[in-house]
Amino acid sequence: MKKLINATENVVVDALAGMAAAHSDLISVHIAPHYITRADAPVKGKVGLVSGGGSGHEPMHGGFVGMGMLDAACPGEVFTSPTPDQMLEATKAVDGGAGVLHIVKNYTGDVMNFEMAAEMAKAEGSNVEAVVIDDDVAVKDSLYTAGRRGVGATVLAEKICGAAAEAGKSLAEVADLCRKVNGQARSMGMALTSCTVPAAGKPTFELGEGEMEIGIGIHGEPGRERRALGSAAEITKQLTDPILEDLPFAKGDRVLAFVNGMGGTPLIELYIVYNELVKLLGQHGITIERHLIGPYITSLEMAGCSITLLKLDDELVQLWDAPVHTPALRWGV
Amino acid sequence: MSVDVGAVIAWMRRYAAVIADQKGALTELDSAIGDADHGTNMDRGMQAVVAKLDGAPPPDVGAALKTVGMTLISTVGGSGGPLYGSFFMQAGNALAGETELTPQELVRALEAGVAGVMKIGKSTTGEKTMLDTLVPAVEALHAAVDGGASLGDALTAACEAGQHGMEATIPMLATKGRASYLGERSIGHQDPGATSSNLLLRTLAESLE
Repeated sequence: MKKLINATENVVVDALAGMAAAHSDLISVHIAPHYITRADAPVKGKVGLVSGGGSGHEPMHGGFVGMGMLDAACPGEVFTSPTPDQMLEATKAVDGGAGVLHIVKNYTGDVMNFEMAAEMAKAEGSNVEAVVIDDDVAVKDSLYTAGRRGVGATVLAEKICGAAAEAGKSLAEVADLCRKVNGQARSMGMALTSCTVPAAGKPTFELGEGEMEIGIGIHGEPGRERRALGSAAEITKQLTDPILEDLPFAKGDRVLAFVNGMGGTPLIELYIVYNELVKLLGQHGITIERHLIGPYITSLEMAGCSITLLKLDDELVQLWDAPVHTPALRWGV
Repeated sequence: MSVDVGAVIAWMRRYAAVIADQKGALTELDSAIGDADHGTNMDRGMQAVVAKLDGAPPPDVGAALKTVGMTLISTVGGSGGPLYGSFFMQAGNALAGETELTPQELVRALEAGVAGVMKIGKSTTGEKTMLDTLVPAVEALHAAVDGGASLGDALTAACEAGQHGMEATIPMLATKGRASYLGERSIGHQDPGATSSNLLLRTLAESLE
């Protein structure tokens, strides 16, 4: 294992210290329990947005804390859900009196820990709602799985709900909006290489030179299927077709197209994928009205990408365009 | 040996030592069908449990088990934190104020713990989880105690049943937790949670020998 770390057990705290040093104008970093809040939290009268999950997906979630997006993020150990006491402290720290929304990615551990935290926060008088994000079409949503994973739509939901909260929407309205974004977004990812969890010290899975893993999540967990490596055009089609079929997206739809890097794939390759996506959606009569390209929800140093499509309407476009000022996303300010 | 606060502390020390020793093996199992963190997480939690029990020895068995549960919930994270945390919290709740347990009370506590895992995990046996170890083990313990077996013999029966349950997860299709994302590819791998639960039972038996 070759990594830029000091000690495997200090990876998360050392990175948090770096974020604190870099972005003290935007965020405050709290250690033990670990959570990150907006520097000006709590914002009086505004719905607070709290998310969290294992570390290793940077910039998600800590990089999305700030004006127009999250009020707090709770980082767990690498690929490990944070604990309820982190979520409870974060919830209390950002409760400006209008209630707090927990945005939870659908993983068994995240859901259980956030449920415990919400119960504790309610017992202490906070008004908490939770929305679970589950946009990954690679997983069958059935009685036989833990349900679809929360992946790329999480980034889009945090941005859009952050704008709505900033505009003064109520907790119920922001929660409804979050469910709407989740309901209209679909994602699928693939890996060219595995990743190495620092504490494990070796790659989570092995992929041969001519192979790729289709339908991966964001934790180095193997996907549903191993296939022969294809061209960018072929891979883009293999990711996009299941997304289009699932919602389904139809001719005339307006979408936000999010081409996400898994951490180890350079931007030059993401643009090649984006170009293929433009062509493919053009053939289906679907208009890309907004896009996001880059590594925003990563899986350590895994090479690969995911594609997320969100069906847009005027409300979502307006909220997407609203000002945001966080360590990782910034526009309109 | 009597089942008192000292026995709980001895159990937790032994479990912490075994987890530290088996950390790599547990994480290896989790790499195959999960996200490669189970051993590391359990080790972090059990080190914290031992430190907590050393810092302030609890007054009774119920309090000791609840301390273990609270500490695991706030230090393990992932799925293991809420699941093992609930196991010990519910076991502790069933024994409020007890300083020394009869075999029947131990059965009652473990059954309450298993019910706690089922509730928060919304799970049952046959889904390739820790319950595949715990449920048959606690059933065997209950039957042996009812049949008049000594606590030692009853725990031996429980460990055997737990071991079979753990091994039975190998050919199972996972339908809960992260392994369920793999579908058919989860078949052929032993469940990491069933494995750490098997170690939990074995260390209980060993610490009461």
